[in-house]
Amino acid sequence: MNTLIDHIGQYTVDGVSKGAIYALVALGYTLVYGVLRLINFAHSEVFMVGTFAILVTYTVLDVQQYPALVVAIPTALLGLVVAGLASGGIALAVERAAYLPLRRKNAPPLIFLITAIGVSMILVEVFGLLLPRRIGHLLPEVFGRERAASLSVPYLFERRPVLTIGDTTIDTIHVIVVVAAVVMMIGLDLFINRTRYGRGVRAVAQDPQTAALMGVNQDRVIMLIFVLGGVMAGAAALLWTIRIGNTQSAIGFVVGLKAFTAAVLGGIGNLRGALLGGILLGVVEVYAAAITASIWEDVFAFVILVIVLMFRPTGLLGESLGRARA
Amino acid sequence: MTTHPETSTPTVGTPRHAATAEPAEGNVLRRLNQRRRDAQAAVRQRWQGLPKWQRVIAVLAFVVFLYYLPWLGYLPGGAPPRNPVANIQIPPFHLLRTDLGAGGSPWAAVLFTCALYVMVAIGLNVVIGLAGLLDLGYIGFFAVGAYSVAIFGSVDSPVVQALQERFGLSQNWAVGWALCIPIAIVLTSVSGVILGWPTLRLRGDYLAIVTLGFGEIIRIAARNLNGQSGPNITNGPRGISAIPGPEGPPSPDNQIFGLVDAKPWYWLALTLVILMVLGVRRLEHSRVGRSWLAIREDEDAAAVMGVHGFKFKLWAFAIGAVLGGTSGFLFASRYAYIDPNQFDLQLSILFVAMVVIGGSGNMVGVSVGAILLVYLPERFRDLDEWRMLYFGLAMVLIMILRPQGLIPSRRRARELADRAEEVSGGRHRRAEEATINA
Repeated sequence: MNTLIDHIGQYTVDGVSKGAIYALVALGYTLVYGVLRLINFAHSEVFMVGTFAILVTYTVLDVQQYPALVVAIPTALLGLVVAGLASGGIALAVERAAYLPLRRKNAPPLIFLITAIGVSMILVEVFGLLLPRRIGHLLPEVFGRERAASLSVPYLFERRPVLTIGDTTIDTIHVIVVVAAVVMMIGLDLFINRTRYGRGVRAVAQDPQTAALMGVNQDRVIMLIFVLGGVMAGAAALLWTIRIGNTQSAIGFVVGLKAFTAAVLGGIGNLRGALLGGILLGVVEVYAAAITASIWEDVFAFVILVIVLMFRPTGLLGESLGRARA
Repeated sequence: MTTHPETSTPTVGTPRHAATAEPAEGNVLRRLNQRRRDAQAAVRQRWQGLPKWQRVIAVLAFVVFLYYLPWLGYLPGGAPPRNPVANIQIPPFHLLRTDLGAGGSPWAAVLFTCALYVMVAIGLNVVIGLAGLLDLGYIGFFAVGAYSVAIFGSVDSPVVQALQERFGLSQNWAVGWALCIPIAIVLTSVSGVILGWPTLRLRGDYLAIVTLGFGEIIRIAARNLNGQSGPNITNGPRGISAIPGPEGPPSPDNQIFGLVDAKPWYWLALTLVILMVLGVRRLEHSRVGRSWLAIREDEDAAAVMGVHGFKFKLWAFAIGAVLGGTSGFLFASRYAYIDPNQFDLQLSILFVAMVVIGGSGNMVGVSVGAILLVYLPERFRDLDEWRMLYFGLAMVLIMILRPQGLIPSRRRARELADRAEEVSGGRHRRAEEATINA
């Protein structure tokens, strides 16, 4: 307990940068839930695909550990594009291949859940087995020795202190992660609130029938939200590799679980709720880790969730994507 | 879940009669499906037309067959590895066994696992299928059941050791296996109520995530209560060994319930399954069961009709918890060793998959689902690393082609048909509007 109070600033900074990543992944859950009222449990794997896209790109380009800033920034931007494309593409593919037939039948949410679990399994297996082996075949000198599912992504940025207040140090990684996440979020918020497509998304979230009568192409809106969620997961994947630096095929499950908790905490279906929930969850986890030597942190996260839901059953900021102006 | 009619489908704007007529390319499938349905109805009618004594005999014969299963493909008592040469094979049934090739799992052990998961599926079916509560953390109850026999029945458990020290008991003293059963029932039902009390007011998706969290909390607690980060109750990741079975702690002297031969364990599990099926059937058709169905279909309407939703949902949770705990209890007794990593969330999700793929709400269906999900990966071990991939594919395909599950409850299937009808009904309406506008 004392360590927490002595270094509360440092823990808060760490928690915010951890939570920013959760928040970005949570956006994918929240967008889909807000429009379709369904939990896209395969979204965790969308995130995982993003990290793998970065892994492959960097390995092919042979990116070194801690490159010069001139190299690091374009590489990171390239990673963002690649991960966004891969994650967005996978999210869209999952929607078309697995969810569309179910929506045609108006299947109940449980069916979507099980389908999503099946899709997750497929993606985890494909990336766990097939990909390293296949690429190991193509590029033996790069991937040959690492047949296992876990390969490492080079760190692009070094941890250098940027600002020190008392014993709280804000370093480069904190700044990059939080700034990037907030920029992505603001971008998405503006997109949903200010553009024509965003208006379509809000309309379908509010009332699908009426939206359809007003000429909104619901199918296109649904594809759009899956792609948007995927792109956000891709951005989260990039930040994850910058912060943690490694990936494996089973990475999605835990991150997805946390992100989903964050989405529910803030009010699922609510974009700003995802940000709030993500950061809150990140901070709570880091605090809990400080108090209990990191083994009880997941328990804390869920207990907070239960308590919040008991007093505010729709999450901290309420549910609606349509009504609450996103 | 609100209904979302499709807007982009080409039926919009087509003439009215086109929407009602069957599309030509679906004709063959549709006719086949109709023929299957007719055949099913005929079989059902035939079955119900039989005199009662014949039906009883048929059911009894099936039960006897289930008890014979460990020898499948051979005469009773003769399956491998006991006497592989002199065995008389009964083709083609022996091909169903999992222990044919090298490295295959022992058949009786697979059967035991099947029976164990059928127990889990029946218990979870009470929660998901009957009461309509999406519980993703059912593994938590399974773990509580397993840990109650481990903590109280094993000499390796820190709790038993503390009791020995406190009361000056001998080193071999532990709570008897049979006495652990009521302890497990109390602990699991209490854990069901503890989870249900704060969370059952939440609806659908929120309940799912909270139960998921509960399952994870139980696992983390089991890992952390190791004496360093909390009181020592579970030995933490080291696990608890020497968990007793019906014949007491595991030892080479055990005549029936040993570690090697899984057949007696399978028969025990099968007996429990049969008892459970009978019990849950009675429950399903009782006042409680009807209340569950009412809550599942429309909680508000049920409340208006005087069904106390919260009370019955709590009942469903507690009963489901006890059934899941019983399976966990048996699991721990059979393997005589448990550790927290055996109770991870992936297994919990697999439990839900068993229920939904089999056909939630129908006990035969969920049993089939459980058996398939255990049996298929075991039988096709040759596919090695690829089998989980195929497994995921199969899961997606089943859900897309048959969202009601393989063997759905008839009431449930009708609900799903209704939902599909709502969508196409919407299409008809819009088609009409389109023609009017034109």
